[in-house]
Amino acid sequence: MLFGIEWDTSSNLAFAISILPILLIGMWVTIQATVLGFFIAIVLGLVLAALKSVPLKIVSWPAYAITEFIRDTPLLIQLFFLYYVLPEYGLVFPAFLTGALALGIQYSAYTSEVYRAGIEAVAKGQHEAARALNFKSLRTFTHVVLPQAVPRIIPAMGNYLVSIMKDVPVLSVVTVLEMLNVAQIIGDRTFNYLIPLSMVGGLYLIMTLVASSAVRYLDMNLPKRGLPLK
Amino acid sequence: MTDPIIKFDKVVKRFDTLTVIDELDFEVGQGEKVTIIGPSGSGKSTVLRILMTLEPIQEGVVYVDGDMLWHEKANGGVKPAGEAHLRRMREKMGMVFQQFNLFPHMTVRRNLTEAPVKVLGMSKAEARERAEELLDMVGLADQADKFPHQLSGGQQQRVGIARALAMRPKIMLFDEPTSALDPELVGEVLSVIRRLAEEHDLTMLLVTHEMQFARQVSDRVCFFDRGKIKEQGTPEEIFGNPKEERTRAFLKAVLEGE
Repeated sequence: MLFGIEWDTSSNLAFAISILPILLIGMWVTIQATVLGFFIAIVLGLVLAALKSVPLKIVSWPAYAITEFIRDTPLLIQLFFLYYVLPEYGLVFPAFLTGALALGIQYSAYTSEVYRAGIEAVAKGQHEAARALNFKSLRTFTHVVLPQAVPRIIPAMGNYLVSIMKDVPVLSVVTVLEMLNVAQIIGDRTFNYLIPLSMVGGLYLIMTLVASSAVRYLDMNLPKRGLPLK
Repeated sequence: MTDPIIKFDKVVKRFDTLTVIDELDFEVGQGEKVTIIGPSGSGKSTVLRILMTLEPIQEGVVYVDGDMLWHEKANGGVKPAGEAHLRRMREKMGMVFQQFNLFPHMTVRRNLTEAPVKVLGMSKAEARERAEELLDMVGLADQADKFPHQLSGGQQQRVGIARALAMRPKIMLFDEPTSALDPELVGEVLSVIRRLAEEHDLTMLLVTHEMQFARQVSDRVCFFDRGKIKEQGTPEEIFGNPKEERTRAFLKAVLEGE
């Protein structure tokens, strides 16, 4: 029994059917962690990218250093750090929030590079026109550069959305009851790992396929308005 | 000539070791229409880019409308201009770019209203009204809701001119406004600029390769060579009877091509 739902081990099919609702509860946690982690990644990544594009080294250099540090250390270490070390200093977050935060921080390093590539692809003449029209730099960024960069970066962002989704099982090590963790608990208690793990694989495939087609749909239906896209 | 609205005083501009503007002295009077001609790499466009504050200078002083452009007064001395000073100075000028540089994600109308509303603080209604007038003036009154990529190059450049005018500049800078255009579209852009020159007391500074046009609209033509004015005078003087050997050679080469 898990989440108050009993399983039926009389046959493989009955077992599969009986644990599906349990796995779906785990899947809902996976989706929530993905969405929250991705949201943190795209917001924090934008902040990092904006800092990196500042011409002052004292601003851009730390942003580069942070990005590099995050990218070059394992997600698991960052997760352990947030989960075990921060509470020693009085910062206690629930496991789910800690996990989503770790995913978001890790992926912000990647998304910041995507933003940066998108930002740098905006023609120099656009900056010059904005300057000639006396826009402030922040307005140039939000009203001229970003709207032209975003349509270019959607495919790459979509790939990271799928990646985050596939990294959510890492959160099981800090007790988050996402889908894989749930499947493992079922396996531990019934000694049948084949069926729950196969089902998790199948459910994952469905989730990633849905996510990537949603991204593709968005990419194809976003107005390009003559932006020179590669 | 009354007090010059633009004055370059021994201005030097270098890119690394390459000197692009070499101790340039140059003046433009209020309302004067000046064209700059010369071989590529002679620093023509750089003069405009320095004025629009797109390129800083290394030596000398530039004055615009009585104020130093790249410097400001501080404690009895002079220091490099800060962003606030540059913003104040930029308000006096508008620029038309060779590559148009319209904002591709905005409609024509928003290209014209964005800066007046957000930078000058004009009301939306006023900015829109003004945009209509300007589009009408450049012959594009019916294109306001289109995006730049839906327009021809000539139309885009006319929008570019209207966009610069929407900021009510005292000085208009045209950086090879027709160089990126197909030959059959050059005329429509030049006629807009010509009308502007004839009907307004704007100060205009044009870099161009259209010699016929330079001859018609300019009060004065400056021939640039290696970062300096090699020769300047009325269009009749420069095109009719150039004194310098370099000017003659340049004009001969260009006019043979036409």
